[in-house]
Amino acid sequence: MRHLRLAPYLLIAPSLAFLFLLFFVPLIQTIALAFQSDAGPSLGKFDQMLGDLDFITAVKNTFGLAVVVVPLQFALALGMAMMLRKLRSGRDLVMWIWTIPLGISDLAAGLVWLSILTERGYLNTVLFHLGLIARPESWLTYETPAALFFAIVIAELWRATAIVFVILVAGVQLVPAEYEEAASVFGATTWQRFLRVTLPLLRPSIQTALILRTVLAFETFAVVLAIGGTTFPVLISQAFIWENQNQDYGTAAAYAVLIMVITLAATLAYLLALRPRAGEPA
Amino acid sequence: MRSIKQPLFIAGVVVLCAWTIVPIYLVALGGLGGDQGVYTWPKPFWPLAWSAGNLSAFLTIQGIWPAMLRSVEVAAMCMGFSIALGTPAGYALARFAFRGANAYRLAILLTRAFPVGILALPLAVSYVRLGLYDTALGVALIHTALALPFAVLVTSSLFLGIPRELEEAARVFGCSGLSAFRRVVLPLALPGVAATAIFAFVISWNEVFAAAVLTVRHKTLTAFLLSVLSESPLQAQFTGGFLLIVPSMIFIFLVRRYLFAMWGIASR
Repeated sequence: MRHLRLAPYLLIAPSLAFLFLLFFVPLIQTIALAFQSDAGPSLGKFDQMLGDLDFITAVKNTFGLAVVVVPLQFALALGMAMMLRKLRSGRDLVMWIWTIPLGISDLAAGLVWLSILTERGYLNTVLFHLGLIARPESWLTYETPAALFFAIVIAELWRATAIVFVILVAGVQLVPAEYEEAASVFGATTWQRFLRVTLPLLRPSIQTALILRTVLAFETFAVVLAIGGTTFPVLISQAFIWENQNQDYGTAAAYAVLIMVITLAATLAYLLALRPRAGEPA
Repeated sequence: MRSIKQPLFIAGVVVLCAWTIVPIYLVALGGLGGDQGVYTWPKPFWPLAWSAGNLSAFLTIQGIWPAMLRSVEVAAMCMGFSIALGTPAGYALARFAFRGANAYRLAILLTRAFPVGILALPLAVSYVRLGLYDTALGVALIHTALALPFAVLVTSSLFLGIPRELEEAARVFGCSGLSAFRRVVLPLALPGVAATAIFAFVISWNEVFAAAVLTVRHKTLTAFLLSVLSESPLQAQFTGGFLLIVPSMIFIFLVRRYLFAMWGIASR
């Protein structure tokens, strides 16, 4: 029987070794690169990052996007999950359509919205037919920062709401219907049932969805480049520029460390804010 | 009251469906709908002429075919690695109670709360040293780091759903552990494993950042499109965007039954 006790370890060993080499090692390397200089450990690369002309803008844009997009996506996805529950017929079709964006790359999503929002695009055509504009207007240049920001928000809403939706629907399926029935027997209104029964029971799924979505928001890369080009710098696109164009791996790593610290802090914040209250099951 | 609510509800569902579908239709129209499509003003909302002209013009862009092949190659490798490494681990989590199982599960979950793609930045440096820079294998490895946690969690939930008794019965009838797995468990788990494989493929096919960082001359389709973004005509960009979406739509259709089970388990 001895081999059976070893069996699970043999089975997980390959994946563990792989994640060590391609997750843990590069993680340490990132930190090492960021704090390295010819003369030993230093903060020089962080100085370089802070001195980047686009740094402040990139920080503002990145946080601005995350702060606007994530709550909107959460609200939209929650609404969609509740609607799906009420739907009697055509459930499969609607579910498929609503989850299509899950498989769409951020680059493709950026190009989709570029086709709509570009100067001679479909949005302007609609505005023209409505008599609101007389000729093609451009929305995606540095002269129209608010419109550009809004365009990226829309593209992100379109692309990445599906992941939140799927996690929430999976959570809803695990909530026993009896709880809500009991609540309505005791006279709870629809709204009360939602707020007092469904939402608290969904807490683990809400936590997962928010953590995952926020981490992804700080990785949003190709959508931004496709729609805004270099006129809308974000942290990850700056890391890309330092790595690929400037060939300065240390400064790129400094950006990576900053992104990691932010996502880690966000994850911890969600874990604390959405922890089980006293008397609630974990 | 009810009579007003119901049509409103239906309208809401329809609007949300249109919100997903219409943009895909429009990018297809922009990419494939007629030759002067992109610069016509005001824009038509139906095709002037669906022509394969744009598509074939797109496919003759220097470097597009190699990029597509490269993408398929990378995604296939990522799929193979994820299944080969993830399925055994998923099986171990589902069937054995062993010391460290929870720590392992937690480690897997933690990688997901982390922007894995940015690890391509330091990997570029080590890849140059190892001769993996600008190779399909190099990109496939980091894509596997993205897809592997999913593969482990999903396959473990699959195996949990297959009664242990079936396996035990096979052993009573003289199967060894391995052949009980191969003849009884695997056939039952196969559709789910296939869905996991498809999901790994899509993760790799869609990934932009790591692919763009780790390649120069042998780019994947996403990395290629990103690099020519500023210099290619809009029409080619729209065609490219649409071509990226088509496989994804089919894949999501194929795995739709598993999506929710996947995320339900993963969030516990």
